[in-house]
Amino acid sequence: MTTLVSSPHDWGRHRVQQVMLQVLLALTPGIAAMFWYFGWGVLINIALASASAVAAEALMLRLRKRPLQPAITDFSAVVTAVLFALSVPPTLPWWMTVLGMLFAIVIVKQLYGGLGYNPFNPAMAAYVLLLISYPAAMTHWLPPSVLSKETIDLFDSLRIIFSGTPPAGGWDAITMATPLDQMRNGLGQDMMISEIRESPVWGDFGAKGWEWVANWYALGGLWLLYKRVISWRIPVAMIVSLVVIAALFSLGNPESYPFPLFHVFSGGVMLGAFFIATDPVTASTTPRGQLIYGALIGVLVYVIRTWGGYPDGIAFAVLLMNMAAPTIDYYTRPRVFGHREDEHE
Amino acid sequence: MSLPLTKSRHLHHFHGGLHLPDHKLESTLLTILEVGVPPLLTLPLQQHIGHIAEPVVKVGDLVKKGQLIAQAEGFVSAPLHAPSSGRIQAIEERTFPHPSGLPVRSILIETDGLDEWGSLPEPLPDFEQTDRDLLLERIRWAGIVGLGGAAFPTSVKLSPGKDKKIRTLILNGAECEPYITCDDMLMREHADRVVAGLAVMRHILSPNECLIGIEDNKPEAIEAMREALRNAALESTEVIEIPTKYPSGGEKQLIYILTGEEVPSQHIPADIGIVCHNVGTAAAVADAVIDGKPLISRTLTLGGDALKQAQNVHAPLGASMHWLIEQIGGYKTQAKRLVMGGPMMGVPLRNDDYPIVKGSNCLLALSPEQTPPEEPARPCIRCGECARVCPVELLPQQLYWYTRAKDFDEVQSYDLFDCIECGCCAYVCPSHIPLVQYYRYAKSEIWAQEEEKKKADLARQRHEARQARLARLEQERKARLRKKKDALEKRGANKADDPKKAAIQAALKRVEARKAAKKASQTTTEAPNGDSTS
Repeated sequence: MTTLVSSPHDWGRHRVQQVMLQVLLALTPGIAAMFWYFGWGVLINIALASASAVAAEALMLRLRKRPLQPAITDFSAVVTAVLFALSVPPTLPWWMTVLGMLFAIVIVKQLYGGLGYNPFNPAMAAYVLLLISYPAAMTHWLPPSVLSKETIDLFDSLRIIFSGTPPAGGWDAITMATPLDQMRNGLGQDMMISEIRESPVWGDFGAKGWEWVANWYALGGLWLLYKRVISWRIPVAMIVSLVVIAALFSLGNPESYPFPLFHVFSGGVMLGAFFIATDPVTASTTPRGQLIYGALIGVLVYVIRTWGGYPDGIAFAVLLMNMAAPTIDYYTRPRVFGHREDEHE
Repeated sequence: MSLPLTKSRHLHHFHGGLHLPDHKLESTLLTILEVGVPPLLTLPLQQHIGHIAEPVVKVGDLVKKGQLIAQAEGFVSAPLHAPSSGRIQAIEERTFPHPSGLPVRSILIETDGLDEWGSLPEPLPDFEQTDRDLLLERIRWAGIVGLGGAAFPTSVKLSPGKDKKIRTLILNGAECEPYITCDDMLMREHADRVVAGLAVMRHILSPNECLIGIEDNKPEAIEAMREALRNAALESTEVIEIPTKYPSGGEKQLIYILTGEEVPSQHIPADIGIVCHNVGTAAAVADAVIDGKPLISRTLTLGGDALKQAQNVHAPLGASMHWLIEQIGGYKTQAKRLVMGGPMMGVPLRNDDYPIVKGSNCLLALSPEQTPPEEPARPCIRCGECARVCPVELLPQQLYWYTRAKDFDEVQSYDLFDCIECGCCAYVCPSHIPLVQYYRYAKSEIWAQEEEKKKADLARQRHEARQARLARLEQERKARLRKKKDALEKRGANKADDPKKAAIQAALKRVEARKAAKKASQTTTEAPNGDSTS
């Protein structure tokens, strides 16, 4: 018996699952670098977040009376979990990670209808929820291992994460402000950038450790571009707009506004540009729209970092632009073959 | 002899498209097979776009090869001729390979095996000295339609109207769908026929230039066509090698590749001075004009892994697919999917019991290995791959969302009707959403709604007309009554006694009296036989 299915009668061999796995694979260099500089907490967070995300997804699919397969094995929840885990401090108490993932999967993703229907990036929404609710815990970053005298082994990490007890010398003994925080606090105290940069935390263009994490993320991102999993438009537009706006201010007053490479290599820009802003579900989808979307994220990141209340602004910038994406798409429809340029305007 | 045939030309690249595994080698290893005549031919009366043809034969009639058996009805229509000699066995409804799956009235011919030609019109080898209208009439008589698959009557396409000057005539030899090689083989083996047909079309349209577009995966065909062009010494005509990319054989895509001109949405190429015909159609035109033969056979590809050997055959119209496949050695494995046409746009078939028609360029018998696994569609993740490959630069995922939401106004504002259903979007979709199916659904819903609206408008007009008529009648009636009343009142004033009333009163009195009498007789004499009134 032949099957009666309308054309086309052949498919390419792409799968959603494959796309998600490629994203995870592209993240591995960055994960390795994070592990190298920040220790076991990174891996524990990833495992914990992934387990809670998949469990939350399964629970919600059951409650929504949807089949578990194939949704549970498409790895989209794992991608959300890994992106979240890489954004939060490696000392975050376990229940905050679980709470974040419950919020991301239950409320931001599944209550909107599951994969493909969520208007907001679940990982970033969870990050922002925790940042607003638990600002202290969310800013306890470990210093990169190259700067730290103390070593935190697996056992210490487990104890910190699961019992919430600070290490022997208290939080201050092991934690350290992130480079973006240091820059921000320094500028807040009217220090000049050259003074701030005298501190040993600074590396060649960003901060020690951090800049290499950024490089490895970028490497993974370039591989995704090569594999055509993501398009170049969003990451390039985002980085270029950030560099341009930072360069403009920095050239005007180099002692008060950090130079462009500092912005690109110090915070979550590389992770954000290649892995977070490119989340297809919540981003703009038209070619021109993607350029605008990426560029505005870059601008917002700069605005939040420079004049806003938070040291880094990737999550806020991405969520704000998630809201704008449908409108951007509406006004940037490509010209359809055989139509005049001005037909839809 | 002028040889400006290989000058380089700037080609244009349309947006998107796909590089597909072409599967063309399998069916080009052997030459085109003349399959002869099957015992039964089934000829649907509608194998073209336009009005259904009207039979001019009766059941039991003996027909000769090439004899007219059904005539065109209206301008956009095409006649049918007997592909072989024999007896008309039946004229009845038969299913035929069309997406609707609806039966179509068909003529069945029981062939006699003699394959005897009937009388044919005079060949016109000197067509350049022949009147154009006569040539058009000949092409129309021959029942030629677009053999690339669309089956639009060729004579209509060759009559763009006096106000439309045709600058460029294009022959489409792109053949961009995988598996299909019938045009390729036709050009390799009968390039002179194709060029002769081009010469006829050129004489009819008198364009400034003729372009023959062939994808660069067909070097033998390109060489053969160039050779034939040199021999024919046609001026300002060239064969252009175009990059292999699906769907470069789409009419509007090929025109863009060769000329850089976009056929405006909702328009036909003739509106911008271009006419495009398939190479097979050109060969059929040559047969009709130069030899006086109608379109009664065609070349088609029998392909797919389920066959023992893929091959092109030259077969009479109406031959059953099953019979054709037997002629080339039959099946190797059971076919998982049968398709008329290519894998990207072809029509699925329930079985191989259908006849081939004028538009049948390919019959595919796909093995289970060649058929993608059936998987449920997953949610759209808006990855945008579909938009990247869309040759028309639509936003397929937006069309999909609005179709799902049944927001047909919005679907149209995203230019649904510019979709050519090439299938590129569905091919690349990582969620395996049958996108083209959604667009077909949306199109048919919109057509149905328009039809409904037309009907509703008509019903409303009828209703309004009826209301107006009733109101008018009512007014007329009232006017009449008033007149009568007035007249009566006037008369009433003159005469006190109305004779009619008096008559009624008298009648009532008579009835009363009779009733009383009956009652009286019943009480006094209880006659068993009932009452007898006198």
